[in-house]
Amino acid sequence: MSGELDFEGPASYVGRSVSRPNARRLAEGRGQYVDDIVLPRMLHVAFVRSPHAHARILSIDTSRAERMPGVRRVATGADIARICKPYVGVLTHLAGMRSPPQHPLALEVARWQGEPVVAVAAESRAEAEDACEAVEIAWQELPAALDAERALEPGATVIHAEFGDNLCFRRVVDTGGVDEAFAGAAAVVEDTLSFGRHTGVTLEPRSMLADYNAAEESLTAYHSGQSPHMMQAILASRLGLDEHRVRIVCRDVGGSFGIKIHIYGDEMAACALSIMLRRPVKFVADRHESFLSDIHARDHRVRARLAADREGNVLALEIDDLTGVGPYSMYPRSSAVECNQVLGLTGGPYRHKRYRATGTVVFQNKNPMSQYRAVGHPIATAVAEHMIDRAARALALDPADMRRRNLIPDDAYPCQSPSGMRFEQLSHHACLEKLVALMDYPRLRAGQAALRAQGVHRGIGLASFIEVTNPSPMFYGVGGARIAAQDGCTMRLDASGAIIAATGVTEQGQGTETMIAQIAATVLGVQMSCVKVLTGDTDKVPYGGGTWASRAAGIGGEAVLQAGLALKKNILEVGARILKTDAGSLDIADGRVVKRGTSEGLSLTELARIVYYRGNELPADFQPELVVTRHYRVKDYPFVFTNGAQGCLAEIDPETGFVRVLKMWCVDDCGRVINPKLVEEQIRGGIVQGLGGALTEHCRYDERGQLLNCTMADYLVPMAGEMPDIEVAHIQTPTRTSLLGAKGAGEAGTGGAPGALMNAVNDALAAFGARVTSQPITPDVVLAALGKI
Amino acid sequence: MKAPRFAYARPATLEGALALLAAHGEEARVLAGGQSLVAMLNLRVAAPRVLVDINRVPGLGEVALGESCVRIGALARHAELERSELVARHLPLLARAVRHIAHPAIRNRGTFGGSCALADPAAELPACALALGAKLVLRGARGERRVAAGEFFRGLYETALEAGELLVAAEFPLPGPASASAFGELARRHGDYALVGLAAYAQRDGPALRDVRLAFFGVADRPVLAARAAAVLEGRRVDEATLARAVAALDLEPRGDLHASAATRRRLAGVLLERVVKELAQ
Amino acid sequence: MNDAQEALDIELEVNGEHVRRRVEARRSLADFLRQDLGLTGTHLGCEHGACGACTVRVDGAIARSCLMLAVQADGARIETIEGLSDAGAIAELQNAFVLANALQCGYCTPGMLIAAQALLEADPQPSRDRIREFLAGNYCRCTGYQSIVDAVASVAAHRAARGPR
Repeated sequence: MSGELDFEGPASYVGRSVSRPNARRLAEGRGQYVDDIVLPRMLHVAFVRSPHAHARILSIDTSRAERMPGVRRVATGADIARICKPYVGVLTHLAGMRSPPQHPLALEVARWQGEPVVAVAAESRAEAEDACEAVEIAWQELPAALDAERALEPGATVIHAEFGDNLCFRRVVDTGGVDEAFAGAAAVVEDTLSFGRHTGVTLEPRSMLADYNAAEESLTAYHSGQSPHMMQAILASRLGLDEHRVRIVCRDVGGSFGIKIHIYGDEMAACALSIMLRRPVKFVADRHESFLSDIHARDHRVRARLAADREGNVLALEIDDLTGVGPYSMYPRSSAVECNQVLGLTGGPYRHKRYRATGTVVFQNKNPMSQYRAVGHPIATAVAEHMIDRAARALALDPADMRRRNLIPDDAYPCQSPSGMRFEQLSHHACLEKLVALMDYPRLRAGQAALRAQGVHRGIGLASFIEVTNPSPMFYGVGGARIAAQDGCTMRLDASGAIIAATGVTEQGQGTETMIAQIAATVLGVQMSCVKVLTGDTDKVPYGGGTWASRAAGIGGEAVLQAGLALKKNILEVGARILKTDAGSLDIADGRVVKRGTSEGLSLTELARIVYYRGNELPADFQPELVVTRHYRVKDYPFVFTNGAQGCLAEIDPETGFVRVLKMWCVDDCGRVINPKLVEEQIRGGIVQGLGGALTEHCRYDERGQLLNCTMADYLVPMAGEMPDIEVAHIQTPTRTSLLGAKGAGEAGTGGAPGALMNAVNDALAAFGARVTSQPITPDVVLAALGKI
Repeated sequence: MKAPRFAYARPATLEGALALLAAHGEEARVLAGGQSLVAMLNLRVAAPRVLVDINRVPGLGEVALGESCVRIGALARHAELERSELVARHLPLLARAVRHIAHPAIRNRGTFGGSCALADPAAELPACALALGAKLVLRGARGERRVAAGEFFRGLYETALEAGELLVAAEFPLPGPASASAFGELARRHGDYALVGLAAYAQRDGPALRDVRLAFFGVADRPVLAARAAAVLEGRRVDEATLARAVAALDLEPRGDLHASAATRRRLAGVLLERVVKELAQ
Repeated sequence: MNDAQEALDIELEVNGEHVRRRVEARRSLADFLRQDLGLTGTHLGCEHGACGACTVRVDGAIARSCLMLAVQADGARIETIEGLSDAGAIAELQNAFVLANALQCGYCTPGMLIAAQALLEADPQPSRDRIREFLAGNYCRCTGYQSIVDAVASVAAHRAARGPR
């Protein structure tokens, strides 16, 4: 079959940087985000949220709020709990993991500042907010467990009494032989690294418009999300509805990055209210409550040790990761996956055999933490790359040479990491060599020395990384979560001759629909403009997982390719009957079914016309089938790993501690590149997201568990003024797990940038005998490292 | 995040505005550019009963050259100060500082008077007013009074404005031919409130500086003059040794917050002093 | 409007059309455009003036519509992404944004385009640094900004090559 596919030829859209057809609509402000949708009799909901990190609800008086203008319902946790069953955010394959049942609104005890407690539905959001101020809650403040380091100490406040302590999950990976390797090492380096909490700050806040139709017992939920079928299964099961009577519609989504892939109490409560009130209820988080309730991410303390021999060969790596995840593990993906990923990924690019890793996940009275873009990757990469650079410095080796010596050779695949990750085929050396050429690394090094003499302190950082993409059922499904790893595509040839491709993967701006149209047009031999792509509607697309963990191109794209091949076969069968030849002699080129090597044939429009209107012209014993569905799942590997390398040039001001990123480079190998421009933009956006967490973004709590920065004036996202230009190049190692050969590219930028940046900063600081080990790298951090404060 | 209910009035005259302020007293707030106030309303950290919108009061937006001063009307927008030739010629410090305020869309609406009346301790313009010895012109039912910038800024979001009074203008003394000014601030991102900023003014006397005024912002509950450091510089040639002594004489006691510790702020203030004063002396 | 009122009648021009409405005093211009007029291309990202998604033109100058009250727009001339698109006023920038893939989710895009238009009006040949500085008040989580800078720079370069019209 693959002989049919020509991705290199002039007719292929695959491999070309075509523009996104849906971009123009967005550029004219004609997108449709949830808040843009207005339904008849629609109400707006706002929430009273816990002002305390940990407090018992003694009483709730809603009477004054109920009498406020425009108010239609004030619902407490108990009211919502009558409609919505609780949920538990554990995955069974993460052995020993635990988390208690969670309700949409706090029942007796609120466990983080910002946890929703009372919902008010009113004619307008302003009126709902007015009434929230009139809800009177008597609180008994409880001691809060905030510091992850102390969460397991004897005497610590236990957040869930039934568990006896605050442990959520613990895992140890040990290859054995670690202590022996350290004992015999020429160089041992160790450090404790910390990574601050940050959050996604999707520009479109989380949004849910729930429209319950009592007569049908059906619920239509317009959701700003990235996994419609997952939401369908969860809403149905928690709200007691038939799954097929729950429809999730995700139209335009204003950024997600993993933020909108979880179940949030406020969104569930909006759905419950719609059922209670038998009318549409809209919830759109405002920015303040986004900071208090959108999942946070990272927040790790990692102790790391690395052993190397005299030549610089890494002998062993040991890490101990501690992370605090808030009072509940998020449902349904859990809050333990990030730590699990840190254990699995750290040091993954390198060929050492000895590895020991301990991961500890604890509960705390802060906003829940869970999967956010590049889950675990930035931590794993920054830790390993920091240790590699430390070892290189200790042995007086150039960081690039240190990596050359230790990266898994490109001809050593398939192989397995010490943590058990299976690699099909990676290209670390090819990526690194291309990166150093792209950066003109020797010239940068020479320039660095010259500038240092002039008092300009620049640093060069490298980071080699692996990236989890194309997850198989081993990611979630095996753990009992109803999140599809397979995905489907239903493709049809319409009566007009247009190709309609409906897919379970979703578009959040990455270019999913474009990528799918490119594959469909290429496989079918039609113009891309003839292809229409449908996404984000459980009533209209095949059952699938949505877009996360860089699965849309690799998994969704392969389903499209397979559907396209099947539809093409069916079309050629029809063509063969009409042209009175055998299908094997036919092909589709430029929208026409032709005899191979000739232009003789008929257009798809004409073929469709005959099928749909003039079936009488076809043989009586032949039934054309111009709608096909194909599915795809990754079978051979738990994940299809990709890899790449990033470089960073940064300048520090040793007087002020300010860091300026001057330039970033990335060479990424995501297998077959369907649209180079879209991949590059994923990398660039991802890098800036990674730089944000590494430089400025930080959710800061005070000693009472109050989040101090709940506005965009105080939580510093990266803006255009400070961000560098980023050069991106590709290495292509198509995966053999699919015909398409595509792997993901969504996490690579975010995963690698914090490590590359920290290495660049430390490269600059090395002139002062200083180094930083915590992110974000603020002036406080740099000046403290320099001993200047 | 919707503003609480309030009533809105838009007087067409200064007298009308003062009458409204007198009538509503503490329950009223003046709406000028709104670039801070409306955000505070949306966040429900401000909840006045009445907003008195002064945007259509005539005459409040003028920037005019008087005999001995430049008068900047309270409603002069930041973008107007940025473009004003008068400001560029006579108050280059202000012209420079205003470009650091937020972003173009904010500067199109935000006003000089609003910035001063809000008295955010990290704001640029109050520090400039302090450095340049401006007087704030306040109008109330009982007439007009002038308050020196050093007296006007009293604390965190606190000024000498009394209930019923309106800030109508500021008068900046015309600097002499030997006067110099320099400005610097350190912010993590372009347009953010600075971690530390410095608006500096002096008279050049050959290689020496006189009448040195170093107005720091972001280091206290209001813009503050670093008098001891200025005294070190007074009448001296600016060299490394003098600068080091001036830095050592800085007696600021900034507080730490989300964005920088007290120690970092103290250090940054010293760095800024060196950099800005060097420029001042050039 | 010498008396303080909680709801007021306003008249203004929006995208060239005359509009009369009665609005609550507390209604922001952004909510007025979105909810009263259905102009949903003006997006709300923060409602405290920090993200730039709600940027519109008020009497020809860019402003945050979340930081203006609708009543303050009484008598004003407002232009939103819808009007600017329909008039072809920013067609070059829109084309450049699509070509450079200077948008992903599209939520920041209307505000970004309107800010970019204002930049090119003020400074027809901005450097890349100047573009970054001017757009520093508009948050984009998706692109990393470089493609936006590329798009704006390409329009400036194209206009320079074409010469004044």
